Amino acid sequence: MAYNISNQHYNFAFLDEGAKREIRRSILKAVAIPGYQVPFGSRELPIGRGWGTGGLQITLSIIGKDDCLKVIDQGSDDSVNAVSIRKLVTATTGVETTTDTNAATIIQSRHRVPEEKMRNDQVLVLQVPNPEPLRSVSPKETVSRNLHAEAEYSGIWLRLYEGIVKYGRTVIGADHPVMVSGRYVMNPSPIPRFDNPKLHQAECLYLFGAGREKKIYAVPPYTDVVSLAYEDHPFAIENVKGRSCRLCGATDVYYDEIFDSETNEHYFQCSDSGFCEKRRNGTEVNLS
Amino acid sequence: MAYVAVTGGQEAIEASIKLLKYYRTDGDKNLEIEAIKDKMKLLIDRVMSEAGLYAPTYAALALKQCEGSLEEAVFILRAYRSTLTRNHYSKTMSSVDMRMIRRISAAFKDIPGGQILGPSYDYVHRLLDFGIMDETEEENEKWRNSYEQCHQEEEKYTFPRVSDILREEDLLEEIAEEHREAFDITLNKLPLPAPRSARLQTMARADTGYISGLAYSSLRGFGAVHPTVGELRTGWLSVEVSYVLEEGQDIYVGDILVTEVESFVSASKKKTKEHDEMKVGIGYGCVLGRNETKAISISILDRALRVAGEAPVNDEEFVLLHGDCLEMNGFLSHLKLPHYVTFQSKLDQLRKKKED
Repeated sequence: MAYNISNQHYNFAFLDEGAKREIRRSILKAVAIPGYQVPFGSRELPIGRGWGTGGLQITLSIIGKDDCLKVIDQGSDDSVNAVSIRKLVTATTGVETTTDTNAATIIQSRHRVPEEKMRNDQVLVLQVPNPEPLRSVSPKETVSRNLHAEAEYSGIWLRLYEGIVKYGRTVIGADHPVMVSGRYVMNPSPIPRFDNPKLHQAECLYLFGAGREKKIYAVPPYTDVVSLAYEDHPFAIENVKGRSCRLCGATDVYYDEIFDSETNEHYFQCSDSGFCEKRRNGTEVNLS
Repeated sequence: MAYVAVTGGQEAIEASIKLLKYYRTDGDKNLEIEAIKDKMKLLIDRVMSEAGLYAPTYAALALKQCEGSLEEAVFILRAYRSTLTRNHYSKTMSSVDMRMIRRISAAFKDIPGGQILGPSYDYVHRLLDFGIMDETEEENEKWRNSYEQCHQEEEKYTFPRVSDILREEDLLEEIAEEHREAFDITLNKLPLPAPRSARLQTMARADTGYISGLAYSSLRGFGAVHPTVGELRTGWLSVEVSYVLEEGQDIYVGDILVTEVESFVSASKKKTKEHDEMKVGIGYGCVLGRNETKAISISILDRALRVAGEAPVNDEEFVLLHGDCLEMNGFLSHLKLPHYVTFQSKLDQLRKKKED
């Protein structure tokens, strides 16, 4: 079925069927080898390369007419880029969209895992800027590929160690590397450390797409995902203790920090806007 | 129309898009696609080369659609390309069959067929021409008519390559022919190390400024390759594809205008004898359209990538992975997206450190 944008007919989900099939094959390979980066023939999309085209190619390749889509950027359904991506997918597929994590079959996200627990019949697609955890060890793809093959990750451990020696603690902010199924070290995409534990033994399928770097990888359901840390310097999430959302009062979630220039006060507000909205409407939420 | 990421994103975007149209449609004069296509040929050529799509009318439309922004026009054409099903690969074309409009050699004064200057800005003084400020269609038509009378039929030359002269004398460094299908960088992630076909394609689509700057760095001293332009030719090639229903039959698809450069550099080859043998090495570059600086630059980089060295131009991953118009501009512009979550995470680390 053809879809019309600006008087131009486009195939269902924009990409031609051959391209979608090719991307689905790469996804299958990624699911079969958890944490392994599968190279793929990344296509150009009408959305900026570096603005979520990897995630978007995954979404466009797996989406069907009966799917219900949620798109979030930094936790927000209403952020400019989330709006733009949602608009393109709906214009070329006509699928239903939602802001409710529970109601969605596919969620495409940048920099956040939703607060609500996802189920086995749901897929979370994460947009990835830098898929290679070894890039800080070597700028060269030929080198990092060999290191992965040999499971030679001492460079990353050294990076963690150097942080401890220099600053007394690990200094990685978001995108804290994880060990997947005891084999591949993986960048979980720049989600806050707060979200890292949600990947471990999750019920849903996580798919990661890096369009510019042309890589797809996955964490299948019920996979061990361990954030890298030393025993005497255990992995720690961001400090959320003593904070609550100024709108819904939620505690123990990830917050946006808002600064009021008139009163000189800091406020905190749920980063997950769909979750916050549900709480304010009195709808029951299912925390992960 | 503030930049709001928390609420009201949808409305703000719609308002922004409307304002953009207001900017694009500014002024009383409409700009016709045909005028862009015919009068901005070199810009069209550059857009087509970086987009990797030979479609002059669509390139003109893309330029009109984005107020003449080169990176946006390339972006639009690339995205359009993704919607098209790929059915054929063309037959191999040889530039010996090129119907040339320009052909020069800086290596030999006399070459078989001679030097053909063709249309080039190399020989004009770059003085602002106030004379064409108010030129009219009638004047131009009159001039063109008289020009065409003197030049009855545009001659189309085909000549052998200049490098063949050196090859006959056995002075040319031989590069083994590869009789395999060219690697397609548009359907596959670039393998590293990359086959030469993938390198040449990547550079042919790369940003012109990036490629020229890199080649210039090599010329100035970072990995010194100072070549002689053995031959630069611009002209038309016929594109043919195999006819699936009858073996041995080809279908003519159309013509494309390309610029091709062969650069000569000195190369030495280790011999079993006492001394190394001196030969002429070749760097090759080919791009869509009239795009001479880019073609020369590719030929320099093609050469630099095949010799060992410590300069940026000798590093395949450095040269090939940072010049794609969409990739570099896309990632640079993504910095404008909100980074509230990640920055908050970084702040958390800084604050914890302060508390320690």
